[in-house]
Amino acid sequence: MQLIYEQSTPGRRGVKLPASDVPTASALPGTLLRAEKAGLAEVSELDLVRHFTNLSRRNFSVDTNFYPLGSCTMKYNAKVLENSAALFAPFHPMTALLPGGVEFCQGTLGMLYDLGQLLADITGMDEVTTQPLAGAHGEMTGIMLIAAYHAAKGNKAKKKYVVVPDSSHGTNPASAAIAGYEIITVPTAPYGDMDLDLFKKAMSDEVAAVMMTCPNTLGLFNPHIKEISDIAHRFDALMYYDGANLNAIMGKVKPGDVGFDVIHVNLHKTFGTPHGGGGPGSGPVGVKKALIPFLPQPRIVMDGGGKLLLETANPGTIGRTANFFGNFGVMAKAYAYIIMLGREGLIEVSEQAVLNANYIKEKLKGYYDLPYDMTCMHEVVFSASKQLEHGVHAIDIAKFLIDRGYHPPTVYFPMIVKEAIMIEPTETESKATMDAFIEVMIEAARTAESNPQALHDAPLTMPISRLDETKAAREQNVCCAW
Amino acid sequence: MSMYFTKEHEWVKVAGNVGTIGISDHAAHELGDITFVELPKIGATVTQFGVLGSIESVKAASDIFSPLSGKVTKVNDALETAPEVVNESAEDAAWMAQIEIADTAELKNLMTQDQYNDYLKTL
Amino acid sequence: MNDSHYCPHTPEEIAEMLSVIGVASVEELFAPIPAALRAKTFNIPPGMSEFETFSRMQEIAGENSQGMTHFIGGGFYDHIIPSVVDHLANRSEFYTAYTPYQPECSQGTLQALFEYQTAICRLTGLDVSNASLYDGGTACAEAAMMALRVTGRNKIILDGCVSPFSREVLKTYLFNLDVDIVEIAPLDGLLNRSALAAVLDDSVAAVLVQNPNFFGSIEDFSALSEQVHGVGALLIGSVYPISLGILKSPGEIGIDIAVGDGQSLGNPLSFGGPSFGFIAATKKYIRNMPGRIVGETVDRNGKRGFVLTLQAREQHIKRHKATSNICSNQGLCALRGLIFLSSIGKEGLTDLARLNRDKAEYAKSLCVGIPGVSLLQSSVTFNEFTLVLPKHAADVVAGQLEKGIAAGVPLGQYYDGLENCLVVTVTEKRTKKEIELFVKELEVALCN
Repeated sequence: MQLIYEQSTPGRRGVKLPASDVPTASALPGTLLRAEKAGLAEVSELDLVRHFTNLSRRNFSVDTNFYPLGSCTMKYNAKVLENSAALFAPFHPMTALLPGGVEFCQGTLGMLYDLGQLLADITGMDEVTTQPLAGAHGEMTGIMLIAAYHAAKGNKAKKKYVVVPDSSHGTNPASAAIAGYEIITVPTAPYGDMDLDLFKKAMSDEVAAVMMTCPNTLGLFNPHIKEISDIAHRFDALMYYDGANLNAIMGKVKPGDVGFDVIHVNLHKTFGTPHGGGGPGSGPVGVKKALIPFLPQPRIVMDGGGKLLLETANPGTIGRTANFFGNFGVMAKAYAYIIMLGREGLIEVSEQAVLNANYIKEKLKGYYDLPYDMTCMHEVVFSASKQLEHGVHAIDIAKFLIDRGYHPPTVYFPMIVKEAIMIEPTETESKATMDAFIEVMIEAARTAESNPQALHDAPLTMPISRLDETKAAREQNVCCAW
Repeated sequence: MSMYFTKEHEWVKVAGNVGTIGISDHAAHELGDITFVELPKIGATVTQFGVLGSIESVKAASDIFSPLSGKVTKVNDALETAPEVVNESAEDAAWMAQIEIADTAELKNLMTQDQYNDYLKTL
Repeated sequence: MNDSHYCPHTPEEIAEMLSVIGVASVEELFAPIPAALRAKTFNIPPGMSEFETFSRMQEIAGENSQGMTHFIGGGFYDHIIPSVVDHLANRSEFYTAYTPYQPECSQGTLQALFEYQTAICRLTGLDVSNASLYDGGTACAEAAMMALRVTGRNKIILDGCVSPFSREVLKTYLFNLDVDIVEIAPLDGLLNRSALAAVLDDSVAAVLVQNPNFFGSIEDFSALSEQVHGVGALLIGSVYPISLGILKSPGEIGIDIAVGDGQSLGNPLSFGGPSFGFIAATKKYIRNMPGRIVGETVDRNGKRGFVLTLQAREQHIKRHKATSNICSNQGLCALRGLIFLSSIGKEGLTDLARLNRDKAEYAKSLCVGIPGVSLLQSSVTFNEFTLVLPKHAADVVAGQLEKGIAAGVPLGQYYDGLENCLVVTVTEKRTKKEIELFVKELEVALCN
């Protein structure tokens, strides 16, 4: 397909701007002006509409294809959420920051406050900040809160390390590094969770925090989680909960109850807001009481009369992690999702997400190696090691699925499983959809034995075949130079 | 000229007090198509098994560790524009840096070619 | 069952699935969670239908005051959004897609991001752009961290004329990293150049400026870029993308890393987000860029296609050694930015920028006609300017809100000694009539 710039004709215009109703200003000095106009597209509105409509058709999406993508919770995005967020389009964030401005923003501030209360209950935390703009941003904010907590106790110099299991998301160590910490990685034991003995050896007074995903990235709930948090607390290390897998446990267990002190929630995973082809996300952070003094500002608080105010003069705050109040539009969708589903609905979400993952696990374990064969939560991790005997890799199975109209599962993550294939069906898929997917996965396993070349050649039905990623990385053509 | 290896798959060829450093054919094969090599600065001081540079393929990134302590005297600039040479000739044309060896006694911490070949069989 | 609206199984299907798994109930699947750890309470209110949900959301939106006329900016701006932006970006093939890690079934998103990167490069006059960051404030912080990596130094000079929000975000990001941040207090709404010269030496990694700055002033940073490069430091410029329809581009100025907030490019105000941050740089710094980058390549048949590239910089491969902890981008907001820029077009962006300046200059000329009102800055301005009022600006603004006018941003809460200063923003959306009413009300407020 042509680029939009390749369809440009000099002088052609798209949208018509309003005519000026004021006098023309005197010209700016030439030294301040750009020499040439920026080379943006010059296309008609119809050409523009066709271009982007046709581009959209070159995507898989939840609305067109099943997306059993582990670690990412690609559930259905209810359309009423989109309509709800659009209601808030005209509200300027600066209004709330003007003197007396909160009076004019009680609706939006109130919604953020209520969302915080709901998330605090779901996660067992005492207060939530909605400022972080995505999951990794929440992790960074959370670890900075932990750093501030230790600094306030005079332990800034002493606390040097953050402990993570080797199955953790890459954002965990990367976020801890921004907060100034070095990383201690603890290997996974044969029972599928962080090795408890090695964890104990890793712990010392110098550890600031332990970052866990629970259920972890193998889809397993760590039965030792309380023991781990008790050990951590003995060393005054705080427990950080990566909320990527919260979809499995709503109403069943609260991270705050099992010893976690800080949590981020990925609203775009658990709470049904769309992924947008890579963002925007939203990563509110919940904390226990001891960490409230360090929350980012402005902090939304309620006075005795139920009025929402902004607290901006807290000396302990870590500061500000984003320009305004977070990705409000995303939070409006998540809020609508929570109040619509309600208590029973959220519990059912977790139950059916877990049911679906276990169903797929049972149906496929005869065909794919299952390195950790036990009851899983919302996702299951297979290995393509049997298929590798025929020269077929996880990536080949992934590409075969594309030809059959399925977005591939997450492959090669977690890194601790060789040729990992991580499947998360979510609660919104029907049994019929899953059964059809299972059949295709079985066909892929059989094809790996009978005709591995067919898998190496896939996909054949897409607008393009497999791409040369080495060429892209070596040449670095990242913008249209023609 | 004798060639020595590290457990992290770097090699060093020693001629007098000059050491020429690269990564092994095995390492290049494991990494896949190399897309980038980060070389040290000339004049930099490196320590044995300390970070010398880094190397990237499409899906992986690894540090390159110096087999010996010393001072960097030359780097193979050509790799910056032609990283594929690492895949074509890891143990010859794709040398990465030359150092002035600080202490040849450190050679005892390295493997000979035969020892390295045996080591590879254990992986 | 079926309380959640979106769980489709019938009781029969559930029974069948349970028998395949070999358990008697769904509850048994939660057995790995020790009983002692199970939730004792779950105080979420009962659910409701989508119709009731939407009504509730309407009620909440109704609790904000409606129809405010905006003369405020501060990083977010009330600009026109062509209808095509909503219609195209709201195609669910775009908004319900995932990150394009599987390029064969994600060429729509990937090509759009490549076109977005191209638009940002052409707008900023720089060589390379990533696929977007969270917002303008975090983009400033990421650019500073990028400069620390490039130079191996640990000092950042921050012009106090940069948005106070972005400065605070940057300081929050760098707080734990042993970085020396030197802030230069503004001089009448402009960079204090002699104060900067006094601290600029070869220990500095980067100088961060904003153009137009928080006061609305346009400055010529061309000479500054030479000074900064003279000590081996980088110049980071935070820019307002609409102004680049007419203003000298960061590339022409000699800025090494340009950043900014993309809200003004087709993203609604939406109480502060989502928008996107952009970052562009000269090519030699590409490996130090944070976040996702889309690159061009070919498929097995030599056909052009696009992929996420240079992923070895990123957290999912390099973990704690990554160039940033960022994982997502604001993909859909960046797409809106691209559609906006492609709809407005090459000629249109220049016209739009001129229109903004014309409206602001008209408002400015009327404001300075009010007795006792003057301008803070001696420089030219774009669509924002700073008035010096005869009384505290905060008092004036509070009164105007009651009349449905957000009359500007009082500077007292951000700068000591500037309590009488008010930054006024006038975009192309403000009509002559609205501007005249705003000035009339301001005059009334000041004369009382």
